[in-house]
Amino acid sequence: MNNSSVVAVRFDGVSRYFGEVRAVDQVDLKIQDGEFFSMLGPSGSGKTTCLRMIAGFDRPTAGRIHLYGQDVSGLPPYERNVNTVFQDYALFPHMNVGDNIAYGLMVKRVPKAERMKRVEEMLELVQLSGFAGRKPSQLSGGQRQRVALARALINHPKVLLLDEPLGALDLKLRQQMQVELKSIQKRVGITFIFVTHDQEEAITMSDRIAVFNQGRIEQIGSPAEIYEKPASPFVAGFVGTSNLVGGEVAKRLTGSEQTFSVRPEKIHLGSAQDTPSPDMIVVDGVIRDVIYLGLYTRYLVEIEGGIDLVVVEQNLKTSSMEALSAKGQKVKLSWHKDHVSRVGG
Amino acid sequence: MLNRISTYFYQRPKLVLALFLLPPMLYMAVVYLGSLFSLLINSFYSIDDFTGLVIRELTLKTYGQVFSPANREIFMRTATMAAAVTVFDALLAFPLAYYIAKFASPRAKTWLIIAVTIPLWSSYLVRVYAWKLILAKEGILSWFINLLRLDGALEWLLSFPSIGGSSLALSPIGMFIVFSYIWLPYMIIPIQTALERVPGSLLEASSDLGARPLQTFRTVILPLAFPGVVAGSIFTFSLTLGDFIVPLSLGNSKFFIGQAVYSYQGTAGNIPLAAAMTMGPVVIMIVYLLVARRLGAFDAL
Repeated sequence: MNNSSVVAVRFDGVSRYFGEVRAVDQVDLKIQDGEFFSMLGPSGSGKTTCLRMIAGFDRPTAGRIHLYGQDVSGLPPYERNVNTVFQDYALFPHMNVGDNIAYGLMVKRVPKAERMKRVEEMLELVQLSGFAGRKPSQLSGGQRQRVALARALINHPKVLLLDEPLGALDLKLRQQMQVELKSIQKRVGITFIFVTHDQEEAITMSDRIAVFNQGRIEQIGSPAEIYEKPASPFVAGFVGTSNLVGGEVAKRLTGSEQTFSVRPEKIHLGSAQDTPSPDMIVVDGVIRDVIYLGLYTRYLVEIEGGIDLVVVEQNLKTSSMEALSAKGQKVKLSWHKDHVSRVGG
Repeated sequence: MLNRISTYFYQRPKLVLALFLLPPMLYMAVVYLGSLFSLLINSFYSIDDFTGLVIRELTLKTYGQVFSPANREIFMRTATMAAAVTVFDALLAFPLAYYIAKFASPRAKTWLIIAVTIPLWSSYLVRVYAWKLILAKEGILSWFINLLRLDGALEWLLSFPSIGGSSLALSPIGMFIVFSYIWLPYMIIPIQTALERVPGSLLEASSDLGARPLQTFRTVILPLAFPGVVAGSIFTFSLTLGDFIVPLSLGNSKFFIGQAVYSYQGTAGNIPLAAAMTMGPVVIMIVYLLVARRLGAFDAL
């Protein structure tokens, strides 16, 4: 990040109510300049409402929003130096690609010659040179996506807001766009705020992630922090697959009744006779179900107290027949103490 | 047996299509286009001035009469009225249609659409006569204008020879009011439908990119609603062009096209001239549609 001391976006106790519904509830947030920041959460968790309040489409019911130190809580969208890439792209159907991209410059009365020059640059940036004359209806989903991106970036916004922009694309294209978005962000060096419900997408691209749940932020941190050290059962469950163990069993295994989480790939699946090292947490179990997934196999292991743990093992040597025949076997599960995350509750 | 029949048709989808389309196509060809064609033929006949009988020989004589100075004036008068009503209705309809399409809650939307269309449930004739009473010298509108002490302004307005008259109920101004009222739903609904299809995100995108509300209106809303405005204007324009009830009940002695056609084919019994006069609005509408197409009104269809 090029200028990590400057705060791009700041939320001070921001709430947004829709009637009785608290879409956003007392959110405090600081997003650094130049950061790729993701807002991750299920639908209805308030992440999109937060984005819309930064853009100016929605106003906070309470609290203030600052953009680079300026209080923008009451400013209309056209007076904010922020641009948005919409979920449905929102390209103007009656204009061609070039006019769509030039729109922001057109309304600011930038001379036509300069407009055309900058449109060319933008088309090059998003790899659509030669498409200026096409209508949006003649483009594929991925191409529309790029036009929407170019249309926003041409205005040199201080912050670019992206509202689930990859949601409508198929898997291959989505992965390709993830890489591309990240590289464009590095090149233009502006703050990206990315809203998504796809945890993998957030982890792939972000410098930091805020996990939203029911209008509140559950945790803010780097992808690794969010994944390795989830702060709440919700985060542990929403980001990746997680095994939650609480109560009596937790007390016996870790010495505390506090619920903890452990990731499926951190658990070692050993035979009942194994003797793991002392800094490992060990528990006996029975394999209840086996799902062979090609790259790896997912085991469902029942341990004491009737708790099911998910364990994944890469298929280094195992064949599908071997994996599937493991059902019903007694096993010994072990994982390193460091891989236990206290999630409270 | 039934199975056999359905299998027979299943294997011949084109036959099914033909059977479905046959009745409406026949209706279109015979009743609809047929009557237009007979109108066209009749307009090229003429009438014997002495006997009053139709001479069934193709001639342009009748069209000569159509373009007489008196008739030309009728065309101009009617087209001007139709244009004025169309522009006024568009101005009235747009904000309401915009509100219904983009701001009203689903509940309010239902009620507003019902309110807009409810006048169409009652007879058009009844409504015209109701307006005759409203606009009469002793009517409620005059009473209200007197209350506001604007009677002087009304007198002044009615004193203009081309639009005035002895009272609102007997003047082009009165006709203009009634035409605008009667055709307004036909303008609101197409515009509302067109605006309904404009995603809200386009308006947000426009303002996000720095456009002020007026710029968004000019560069996004209006172009996308334009097909709806044109569709509505086709209704208001052509309906005004052909109407004879409103001029008959509210007009002065100066004829409109519909009135002229009505009197030529009725009292005068001059079917060819009535037919030729009718071709006037047809030609005007064709020109109108061509201009609308030139302006790109149908690009989005």
